[in-house]
Amino acid sequence: MLYLQILVNGLLLGGLYACIASGFSLVWGVLNVINILHGSFIVIGSYVGLLAHQQFGINPFLTVPVAGLILYGFGYALQRGVINRAVGQPVLVTLTLTFGLELLVNNTLILGFSADYKKVTLENPLGQIELGAIFIAVDRLLAMVLALVLTGILYWMLRGSRLGRAIVAVRMDREAASLMGVKVNTIYAVTFGLGALMAGAAGSMMSMIYPISPLTSTAYLGKAFVICVLGGLGSVPGAIIGGLVLGVIESFGSLFFSAELATTFSFVLLILLLIFRPTGLLGRRGYE
Amino acid sequence: MRRVETIYGPLAVLALLIGFAFIADNYFLRLSTSLLMYVVLALSWNFIGGLAGYPSFATAAFFGLGAYCGAILQKAGVPMFVAWAAAGLLSGVFAMALGRAILHLKGHYFAIASLIVAEALREVVNTWTGLTGGGMGLNLPILRLDVTVQARFFFFSMLTIAAASFVLSAFVIRSKLGFGLSCIRQNEDAANILGVDATTYKISAFTLSAVLVGPAGAIYATWVNYIEPGDVFEILHSVKPIVMVILGGAGTLYGPIVGAFAFIVLEEVVWRNVLTFHSGLLGLLIVLLVLFMPQGLMRVTARRLLRRKTRP
Repeated sequence: MLYLQILVNGLLLGGLYACIASGFSLVWGVLNVINILHGSFIVIGSYVGLLAHQQFGINPFLTVPVAGLILYGFGYALQRGVINRAVGQPVLVTLTLTFGLELLVNNTLILGFSADYKKVTLENPLGQIELGAIFIAVDRLLAMVLALVLTGILYWMLRGSRLGRAIVAVRMDREAASLMGVKVNTIYAVTFGLGALMAGAAGSMMSMIYPISPLTSTAYLGKAFVICVLGGLGSVPGAIIGGLVLGVIESFGSLFFSAELATTFSFVLLILLLIFRPTGLLGRRGYE
Repeated sequence: MRRVETIYGPLAVLALLIGFAFIADNYFLRLSTSLLMYVVLALSWNFIGGLAGYPSFATAAFFGLGAYCGAILQKAGVPMFVAWAAAGLLSGVFAMALGRAILHLKGHYFAIASLIVAEALREVVNTWTGLTGGGMGLNLPILRLDVTVQARFFFFSMLTIAAASFVLSAFVIRSKLGFGLSCIRQNEDAANILGVDATTYKISAFTLSAVLVGPAGAIYATWVNYIEPGDVFEILHSVKPIVMVILGGAGTLYGPIVGAFAFIVLEEVVWRNVLTFHSGLLGLLIVLLVLFMPQGLMRVTARRLLRRKTRP
């Protein structure tokens, strides 16, 4: 029964992980840019949730769209203004660039909000559901469902909408897409904005679950890496599977070893995967 | 034609540096020891990143490994110089094994794999409390020396490693290995077809990028007397050398040195004036550098000079 409880905990976490990783994976796949800023985007989303709760007493679930929109605007502008100048350059250049931006944004966050850990504590906790001997915290369950719904919407948008098809077209062949009349630079900016939106939305929900501090951004980034490699690059289903798998691995890891060793374990897993199966568990290139 | 210049220039600089050590005060000695450490990191990264064009973020892993190897051995009573040498050996062997495993990856995957290695090592050191002291860190035996003598000693130790990496770089850049690595950077498949043993060459470059970083880490550990995982496995130890090399000019012999010098001047000025926004300004510097000067200082000035010459 304990194992079942651990499994459920892992899956609850995994939903949020999927939401985080799908945006990261989208940007990586389409722009061929590893967005080191992704962790800070999540943290900004968390602060939106925290501030709305502190100032107006709004439940962080309700600020999810606000956080998403703010981050979308920020991501769009950042890509248009700065990152677009480096798209198509060697890995070293884009990676160093987003790393520099991460230092800049993260330090600004520390100045603005301090490095202290904060947490949203709801006045009316949502309680928990009892299913037999298994306890499910309602806020976590809601967060997971909402995160998976958002990820599902992203998937549907990429498959079904005109914009989504344009994004996928740019990912498959930039030149060809451009010849077909797709405005590649706009698509890049929109894609980066969407990645930031997913991070912001997840961050707003994270504010109820994890302590918030600018210092947590690297941990989130590490998770996004692991999930992307687990699930395969640039595919939304891959991000969902990778996210759920990582959630389960982490919660069993903390049971059998310790919470810190669980992180080590996921890193070691990542290196092994990169060595032996760099295309991910699904083993195909995700073109949606 | 430039043989005379290439031998006497570095020797003159070396003589100047030795003279400098006896007139400088402790502040400048400390600063220039840091500079020499940066020179080692930048020249080392240049082997894999500048010559072979592989975006390695593993410098922090080698640095931390060297620091912990040196510290643990010294605590166990091994003589200091032996411990430093062992740190070089360990990081070299580690890089060789790691290279065999991850150098078949390209682009982003290689970058991430090399980045994660430092994180994984940091976690291992953090949890292996029995050997490494865990998050509490490790105190090293204190040298019973006069403050100035001690500062000079670490300056000369770091100078030795820096000089060694310079000589190593000079040889490699002029050798068949350096030429092969440039071929790999330009087009690995073509290089392979033309008979460059890409795998061996890449592993050699990766090992070269570690073998002197390890001793630098070990000297650093003895120098500062106390290390902890977050300090020596800091990801900035991987990023700073990259910035220096880009700043100076990748794949050249003098570029990394010029870059390290320019970087430490900037860092010192920034560090002294804006303590709370230090890493933010470093980030801004990186962004501006990547956007506006991706070729580096050396090439920018060289191009400017050339342009001036060709114009009537």
